[in-house]
Amino acid sequence: MLPARPASGADGGGVPNARSPEPGSAPPAVAARSLLGTAWLRIRRSKIALAALAVVVLMILFAALAPVLTAIEGQDPYTTRTSPDVLDDYGTPGLPLSYYRYPSFDHWLGVEPGLGRDIFARMAHGAQVSLVIALLATVVSVVLGTVLGAAAGYFGGKVDMVISRVMDLFLAFPHLLLVLSLTPILQSRLGDTALGEGSLLPIASLVIILGFFGWAYLARVVRGQVLSIREQEFVEAARAYGASHRSIILKQIVPNVMGVVLVYATMMIPTNITAEAALSFLGVGVKDPTPSWGQMLNAAQAGNWYLTDPWFLAVPAGALVITVLAFNLLGDAVRDALDPKSSRG
Amino acid sequence: MIAFLTRRLVATVVLLAVISFVTFTLFHFGPADPAAAACGQECTPERIAEARVALGMDKPFLSQYLTYMSGLFHGRTVGAPGAESLCQWPCFGKSFQTNEDVAAVLERALPYTLSVAVGAIVLWTVVGVTFGTLAALRRNKLTDKLIVGAASVGVSLPIPVTGLLLLLVFVSTLDVLPFTTNAITSPFGPAGFDGWFLNYLLPWVALAVLFSAQYIRVTRSSMLETLGEDFMRTARAKGLSKAAMVVRHGARAGLTPVVTMLGLDIGLLLGGAVLTEQIFSVPGVGFTAVRAAQAGDLPLTMAITLLAAFFIIVANVVVDAVYAVIDPRVRAA
Repeated sequence: MLPARPASGADGGGVPNARSPEPGSAPPAVAARSLLGTAWLRIRRSKIALAALAVVVLMILFAALAPVLTAIEGQDPYTTRTSPDVLDDYGTPGLPLSYYRYPSFDHWLGVEPGLGRDIFARMAHGAQVSLVIALLATVVSVVLGTVLGAAAGYFGGKVDMVISRVMDLFLAFPHLLLVLSLTPILQSRLGDTALGEGSLLPIASLVIILGFFGWAYLARVVRGQVLSIREQEFVEAARAYGASHRSIILKQIVPNVMGVVLVYATMMIPTNITAEAALSFLGVGVKDPTPSWGQMLNAAQAGNWYLTDPWFLAVPAGALVITVLAFNLLGDAVRDALDPKSSRG
Repeated sequence: MIAFLTRRLVATVVLLAVISFVTFTLFHFGPADPAAAACGQECTPERIAEARVALGMDKPFLSQYLTYMSGLFHGRTVGAPGAESLCQWPCFGKSFQTNEDVAAVLERALPYTLSVAVGAIVLWTVVGVTFGTLAALRRNKLTDKLIVGAASVGVSLPIPVTGLLLLLVFVSTLDVLPFTTNAITSPFGPAGFDGWFLNYLLPWVALAVLFSAQYIRVTRSSMLETLGEDFMRTARAKGLSKAAMVVRHGARAGLTPVVTMLGLDIGLLLGGAVLTEQIFSVPGVGFTAVRAAQAGDLPLTMAITLLAAFFIIVANVVVDAVYAVIDPRVRAA
């Protein structure tokens, strides 16, 4: 199972979750302390993992503060500027004039070709959209995967058979294709006409679809873990004093698979960020005018603007790659810390 | 062995039937109205009603499914009474967009997808296995760290980013490679091997960047495990050179996970490299899928989903069979 928790403060303190509690204050939850504490101890030792964690935290802050930052900049993601003193009218119609194309005091990252909307504002609000979709979809997959995997492993028999076959079915489906073709269908069901500024519809549909198709692999892993946990003494003890199935699963089983769940959740986030970007890039996920990084990539490719000036590609591509890389590196560190079976090269 | 394969085959056929049913249900009840989608824009209520009859939607759901499935095994007629047209075997219906047999559309798209898949698979397997093994042999040295670092970056490069960058650098800026053309579908055509190779090189690289990185990681960790095994020490002790030891003993055990992954990825890729085909305008299955999804072309979407699921499941069976040949313990399971 999980490696034993190192003694708190073993390497000189500075571990927020593992410090001994202040006198008189309630002790922190033990499960949370051991799990996150172990991960933190591992991350602390590697400069790369620390940097990745910093980037992830900064990016989440950036996304959360998007409205504030754009207010400071004095712009918003939706106002179009198509007058000839912003966008070229002669040589390359629609190309922003050089003052508007590159970073300036008014437009921190310039404005878009064609519509003249502020790129920084779209990038920041797009970060919010991309991250919210990825995180919520991960939550949906993790809840489904943990509950169904735990139920399959704990109850066994017919329940296990049904859930396992459903897992096989989900794993055999071509994900991207199905997500690609079901997203427009779901959006039309939810009311496609409501696609306006700040519409929540594309976000909701992507969360549902990505979340719903992402749980099967985690469920299989959780099921495997639960098969061994349910035979252990503390589960037997719980059963002996008459705990209900529900209480055993939630209080005895689930806390013991949280390590593996945390590992897979961390790795699911970058996958979902990439999936959102891919779908929006293909024009079936987040659609104009709502910004997301994938939608911005789509806009850069449309009309070959990225060939006219690579700057239009650099902003969304850079944000996307840096974020996905940071989450991936963090995921590797969390896996190395919490999953003893992984190789620690 | 035969019993094992029979069991697997029966399970596969059942899984395929279930998948076809689930897909049919999803697409049948999913959209607000398939008839409206088939009818297109500017559609009067009468024409929608006609379209419903033409699609067979006036019949009960189960009989619609059975009609659809029977079409896969022999041709059938589709369309409204009085205006029927023959849909040849294997019949997936007619495309809403062009009213063409869906099977014909797929037949046209498959050679493109095959061209993209073949080169990409060869490229990423060679790169992934070579560098993964190299990293394992040079564990914790500079070579290893560089390779592992490159792989970490590689798995974080989404295909839209890599693809657009490749087009920007090699086609637009340096102008050393052509933009892909639809005219070339095989290395044996008039363009010859060179023409085919150059035409598909960028799509291959775009896919290979992402996949090589994954293969490097899997090869490295699996080779590290194998190199630590007792039989490797024995091989070394009996006087084999390090190279012979790695190739003859290490590769066989260490590459098993790679073979599994490869089988599954081939299955996945044959269903269409959606993003790559879209970026490089290669009119393969994935490209067709995007168009179909955007246009609400249900028969085409449904057929591509089924085809892709079919490839994935067949790949799974093949991997299992290969495993059973390599490892006798599997057969008993």
